[in-house]
Amino acid sequence: MNDSKSLHSKIAKTVRDIPRSGIRDFFEIVSSREGVISLGIGEPDFVTPWHIREAASLALDRGMTSYTSNMGLLSLRRGISQYVAKKTNIQYRPEDEVLVTVGVSEGLDLAIRALVEPGDEVLYHEPSYVSYNPLIQFAYGVPVAIQTKKENGFRLTRQDLEENISDKTKVLLLNYPNNPTGAILSKEDVEDIAAFAIEHDLIVLTDEIYDELTYDQEHFSIISVPGMRERTIYLHGFSKAWAMTGWRMGFTCAPPELTEAMMKIHQYTMLCAPILSQEASLEALKQADTDIAYMKAEYKKRRNYIHASFEEMGIPSIRPEGAFYAFADISKFGMTAKEFALKLLDEENVACVPGTAFGKCGEGFIRCSYATSFDDIKEAMVRIARFIETL
Amino acid sequence: MNELLNLLKQNALESPENLAKMLGTSAEDVKQQITEFEKSGVIRAYQAVVNEEKLDSSLVTTVIEVKVTPESEGGFDRIADRISRFPEVDSVFLMSGGFDLLLFIKGRTMHESFSFVSDKLSIMPGVTSTATHFMMKTYKQNGIVMHTGDDDERLKVSP
Ligand SMILES: Cc1ncc(COP(=O)(O)O)c(C=O)c1O
Repeated sequence: MNDSKSLHSKIAKTVRDIPRSGIRDFFEIVSSREGVISLGIGEPDFVTPWHIREAASLALDRGMTSYTSNMGLLSLRRGISQYVAKKTNIQYRPEDEVLVTVGVSEGLDLAIRALVEPGDEVLYHEPSYVSYNPLIQFAYGVPVAIQTKKENGFRLTRQDLEENISDKTKVLLLNYPNNPTGAILSKEDVEDIAAFAIEHDLIVLTDEIYDELTYDQEHFSIISVPGMRERTIYLHGFSKAWAMTGWRMGFTCAPPELTEAMMKIHQYTMLCAPILSQEASLEALKQADTDIAYMKAEYKKRRNYIHASFEEMGIPSIRPEGAFYAFADISKFGMTAKEFALKLLDEENVACVPGTAFGKCGEGFIRCSYATSFDDIKEAMVRIARFIETL
Repeated sequence: MNELLNLLKQNALESPENLAKMLGTSAEDVKQQITEFEKSGVIRAYQAVVNEEKLDSSLVTTVIEVKVTPESEGGFDRIADRISRFPEVDSVFLMSGGFDLLLFIKGRTMHESFSFVSDKLSIMPGVTSTATHFMMKTYKQNGIVMHTGDDDERLKVSP
């Protein structure tokens, strides 16, 4: 019983069968090197704005060290409800339609577990954030990945949906603005998808964690489409727009039945989100506009820079409209994404994430995060340009 | 504020080509805008932000609150202008509150700054009183934090 082989056999099959994340493998290689410029980081390079950190210190000084209501502090839920109403014109009752979670990560897990029964199919679009597929499998659901295409700007189209629906499909999981492609959807795209969801009686999970970070046009949420509030779980959080990844704060907005279902799981697995983080988030909502505007203006300049640099190098990337990633098409160099990323790391000490970490159709692409200082981005672009000259 | 000005305030040495890429315009356009800012006096000068503490012989900064009697014509402008012309005077601001002008003086020694106050400033017609403070240490100046070397604590690769 002591050898690792027999221990391995004790591990639940669903867990055993899920491969290690491609990101983790890559992380280990990068971590073993010195002087790397990393464009591989999926979190803001800003620290949380000072007034938010002050609010958390104050809460600590006041001895706020207890549990909160399972749903989260009511004051925070009220703030969240107002924030969402301001963004989308959709009202959620703080009492029974808003749930404070430990990051969008937990919200996703709750939503999927609350809905999926063994064998239920969940539609999602790739390239995608790395958690979706495993979370669906942990819930014994069947992940059905729709491969979005560069030609369509990595937008999810009605036709893509038609081709992948079956009578087992129960849930559609959306993520726009998108990690890793930076794609967003137009209002018309969203309305098409909504019509499809209604027609096929699907529940929609919409991960809008990057909703604040769009650079040319405002994000349009699917919950704003008539008939969608009733069938949607809206997921959002503080990590990206407020530079609060380490606080682990997210929330869900959904009709009472769905919120109650997620709440059951949350109550027994998490109890509640940490009180200090909740206090900090309450403060974050107070000056949301100014905090976010500042960081967004910085990201926009870097987005422009990185996109213009890739164009100059003859590497076409779709113009990233949201989040903080450029998804560059390196297929013409005749290497796999992983080979390209490893060689670039080896020769120029620049880390990018191979697109295949986000799904099969990420082959031929690398994800470059511009949540990195401008000086580093400039140097990375010089190195990448030099690197491709040698190919 | 104008985006280009913002960028130049962060780094006046950034090349027009890079500025253009960030702003989604052409290098020619950036150069032209800069020339216009310079001509119209919006941009007055380009300077380095120096951490004096790192130098062997750093300058002493003195901050002086000055009360003056405004003149019937021109108010504070004439006297402020006269004070500004002394080379040891680094900055001059008109303030609301308990005093009128705030001066920043740079000198090699405290004594040098002190003689400016006693020999030049306090005897000037219109100056009714002064209060002198010596600056001890600079933590942040013109938006730039003086200490360097904050490490990036983030994981090198994350989803
Ligand atoms: C699309 C997407 N969803 C969810 C998350 C998880 O965020 P959180 O920090 O709120 O758990 C991330 C983080 O990278 C993400 O990119």
